[in-house]
Amino acid sequence: MTALNSKIPAGSLGDKWKNHKFNLKLVNPANKRKYDIIVVGTGLAGASAAASLAELGYNVTTFCFQDSPRRAHSIAAQGGINAAKNYKNDGDSVYRLFYDTLKGGDYRAREANVHRLAEVSVNIIDQCVAQGVPFAREYGGLLDNRSFGGAQVSRTFYAKGQTGQQLLLGAYSAMNKNINSGGIKSFTRHEILDIVVVDGQARGVIARDMITGEVTRHSAHAVVLCTGGYGNVFYLTTYARGSSGTAIWRAHKKGAMMANPCYTQIHPTCIPVTGDHQSKLTLMSESLRNDGRIWAPSKQGDTRKANEIPESERDYYLERRYPAFGNLVPRDIASRAAKERCDAGFGVGTSKLAVYLDYASAVERYGRQEAGKKGIANPDQNTIETLGREVVKAKYGNLFDMYTQITGENPYKEPMRIYPAVHYTMGGLWVDYNLMTSIPGLYACGEANFSDHGANRLGASALMQGLADGYFVLPYTIGDYLAGTERKSIPNDTKEFMDAEKAVKDELNKLISINGKSTVHEIQRELGLIMWNHCGMGRTESGLKEGISKMRALKDQFQKDVKVTGTNEELNQTLEKAGRVADFLELGELMMVDALNRNESCGGHFREEYQTEDGEALRDDANFMYAAAWEWTGESGKQKLNKEDLNYEFVKPSQRSYK
Amino acid sequence: MSERHINIKLKVWRQKNKSDKGNMEEYALSGVSTDMSFLEMMDTLNEKLTKEDKQPVAFDHDCREGICGMCSMYINGQPHGPLKGVTTCQLHMRTFNDGDTIVVEPWRSAAFPVLKDLIVDRTAFDRIQHAGGFISINTGAAPDANAIPVPKENADEAFLAAQCIGCGACVAACKNSSAMLFTAAKVSQYALLPQGQAERYRRVEAMVAQMDKEGFGACTNTGACSAECPKEISISHIARMNRDYLGAKSTSNAI
Ligand SMILES: Cc1cc2nc3c(=O)[nH]c(=O)nc-3n(C[C@H](O)[C@H](O)[C@H](O)COP(=O)(O)OP(=O)(O)OC[C@H]3O[C@@H](n4cnc5c(N)ncnc54)[C@H](O)[C@@H]3O)c2cc1C
Ligand code: SF4
Ligand code: FES
Repeated sequence: MTALNSKIPAGSLGDKWKNHKFNLKLVNPANKRKYDIIVVGTGLAGASAAASLAELGYNVTTFCFQDSPRRAHSIAAQGGINAAKNYKNDGDSVYRLFYDTLKGGDYRAREANVHRLAEVSVNIIDQCVAQGVPFAREYGGLLDNRSFGGAQVSRTFYAKGQTGQQLLLGAYSAMNKNINSGGIKSFTRHEILDIVVVDGQARGVIARDMITGEVTRHSAHAVVLCTGGYGNVFYLTTYARGSSGTAIWRAHKKGAMMANPCYTQIHPTCIPVTGDHQSKLTLMSESLRNDGRIWAPSKQGDTRKANEIPESERDYYLERRYPAFGNLVPRDIASRAAKERCDAGFGVGTSKLAVYLDYASAVERYGRQEAGKKGIANPDQNTIETLGREVVKAKYGNLFDMYTQITGENPYKEPMRIYPAVHYTMGGLWVDYNLMTSIPGLYACGEANFSDHGANRLGASALMQGLADGYFVLPYTIGDYLAGTERKSIPNDTKEFMDAEKAVKDELNKLISINGKSTVHEIQRELGLIMWNHCGMGRTESGLKEGISKMRALKDQFQKDVKVTGTNEELNQTLEKAGRVADFLELGELMMVDALNRNESCGGHFREEYQTEDGEALRDDANFMYAAAWEWTGESGKQKLNKEDLNYEFVKPSQRSYK
Repeated sequence: MSERHINIKLKVWRQKNKSDKGNMEEYALSGVSTDMSFLEMMDTLNEKLTKEDKQPVAFDHDCREGICGMCSMYINGQPHGPLKGVTTCQLHMRTFNDGDTIVVEPWRSAAFPVLKDLIVDRTAFDRIQHAGGFISINTGAAPDANAIPVPKENADEAFLAAQCIGCGACVAACKNSSAMLFTAAKVSQYALLPQGQAERYRRVEAMVAQMDKEGFGACTNTGACSAECPKEISISHIARMNRDYLGAKSTSNAI
């Protein structure tokens, strides 16, 4: 058994990171330029890491599959980023952010990691403002905040509904500064298809130039994977279409362990599925739960239009079930509650798989406030609604526009229909406190690792984690590893590189040579359905077993019958997709194996056999207080389980309550 | 809005690679749901072509929600199609009618060479940003975020400029292939913020110089860029950039 050493430093919670930083080995400035570092991915995690490492003096090379680093999936994040600034004086603190995040994750994350995250959160906001990120401000010129789920304080910084865009453009600008000064070399439209391990250490990657098809070898002293989440295994999700598990999966097959792969976040407020043609689902940001109220009709099978259902026949079920947090309960809870309503026959819309997100009372409230500010004594309903809608538009305009574009309906006038959709993966590559995977020299940051969110991530904390890892954690910890390695440059023509290059080419040629009848798209859709039906919001032992056997059959079909047109020596989007689907087929299987192993419910992982009387997740701390780290053994679905016990030294895990 | 099914004819630019000459090809699609997005319609076409053993149409896309700036189709003579403030991926088929012929081409500009079918090379935009699209602050060196208040009007105006998604529609819309709106959006964002002042004039000079070097055309103030921009970036940013540029030139030490 490979020993899993989390390398959590000793000491009190508040001192761990401070002491650890002091104890880490340093690389002297003159030597830094002798080290090469490859950063795969230029989302928040990758762009911030690349820029910070280059500023320290390392030679950084970045890769992304889009045509520009600025287009990474992080760009789509809408609602905001958390930080324990306590600018609102409402009782926030590093400890409270730590506690909320740990509890939100249903006590399945490491205390030390989460506390570090909360500590550096405050530096992130400083950094971003200095870069010129135009966060929302109040009239006094200071930064504004909003509230997100799982918290009773307002600690979320935002830039309208485009927070991810603004933060990523900030990190991209930091990259640009370093590209300009020669510290970063950026490759775009390149997909990483393998990690090269030499003498047990990660020493490079194999890339495919997506314009010409050329496969190339790149060596370095360390490799950092910031390749995002793997939620697209479910096909219909809120992810960008190109997001994949390929880089981390190929690292897994080279020895990096996958931790808690079954922990998936299903976000409660997305535009529901309408038909077979759909290629993605669109998120309606959690920030909308600040002001919007969620309800379903209190009568089963009610076919009236939303506006025709009187107030007395509306069930604001979150406010009813969770009076303390109301519409701002964590995502896993809000999603299950929506599913419960729909399963019980209270759903709305043609599919009956939707509930309402209603802005009427927010419009009313803001309208009255505005009328008051303007000195209108007895405003009529029309004035109130007009004024109220203006405020809502200023706060959430782009989200409302998006809803209109997709559905053809006007959410200012009738409530939005929403349903949960796959949104984020808490699982990922296992990393120690230094963010190093189980392959020495291979690091994972951002959504690609499993580190900080336990079994459920709170809203506005993925952006925080990505930037924390990239700006403030990895730049320290990677030096500790590099200081102990040789400085001479790593050749890229040794046997390990040549073998890896050949394996990648063979695999690509194999995909093209099958030339069967099933399109990649058909298989991908089927794969998504298997995952959604068997490993979605409600999981059972029998369902998972059935899912695993279906997945194996689908993999078989793929290997015998997939049809990939064109050649490897050209821009070939079908080939790109086929490679990603091949990996998802195996990754999906492991997710189900993991879900089957975890005989408890926690956070987003809900095993129907394990629930409390009122339908909440029932943990089994005695048997499952561990991170499950799966080790590749040469055959898909036959990974070996390694357990990292989670030791709660400072907080006593309890049944989560948001009542 | 209720779903309809329409039959359409597509004329699509097909070009194997950078050096291929390229030509328009015609395809018919029937029973297209009006609830589909434009790209989902293209997916349907591609699925059909694949089944017929033909090469699917290559096109750029990723987020499919109007924010990444990847999608880039010139539809019926307009970048991102007929709707104002909407990217190709957000355009839905309910905008079209039964029997319509839809012409789909890539962005056309010497600075954006076609790589394949509807995919163009927009790395020139990145190089303009490399030249000066940043504030020189190293990680860890920042003062407290609230140390410098920024008037809300300035912050909001900077945000409006910063919304640019780097799609290139402005260049495609301009008869001179000018990249002024794209460049000005970044210059203006920083010029409006206190954090951007120290490098204000150096930045504008460097970015404009790179823009010229990439072969983008001059601006003759026709305003097509702003009219076609999916994020409705205002042309007033170009005026602000021009002022800064003149200011920079009159005080410049650079030769
Ligand atoms: C619609 C939406 C809204 C969200 N809103 C919020 C929010 O308000 N607040 C919040 O905190 N979080 C939010 N999230 C979550 C958050 O955006 C993501 O978790 C986070 O941005 C992930 O960042 P990352 O840097 O880890 O990866 P990504 O941004 O996904 O970047 C991945 C990078 O890796 C590259 N890459 C991947 N594979 C390869 C490969 N094989 N070869 C080469 N390059 C590769 C890609 O090109 C890309 O550059 C949201 C997510 C979605 C989908
Ligand atoms: S200015 Fe508008 S059209 Fe031009 S790149 Fe930016 S978003 Fe696209
Ligand atoms: S695909 Fe991202 S903007 Fe259209």
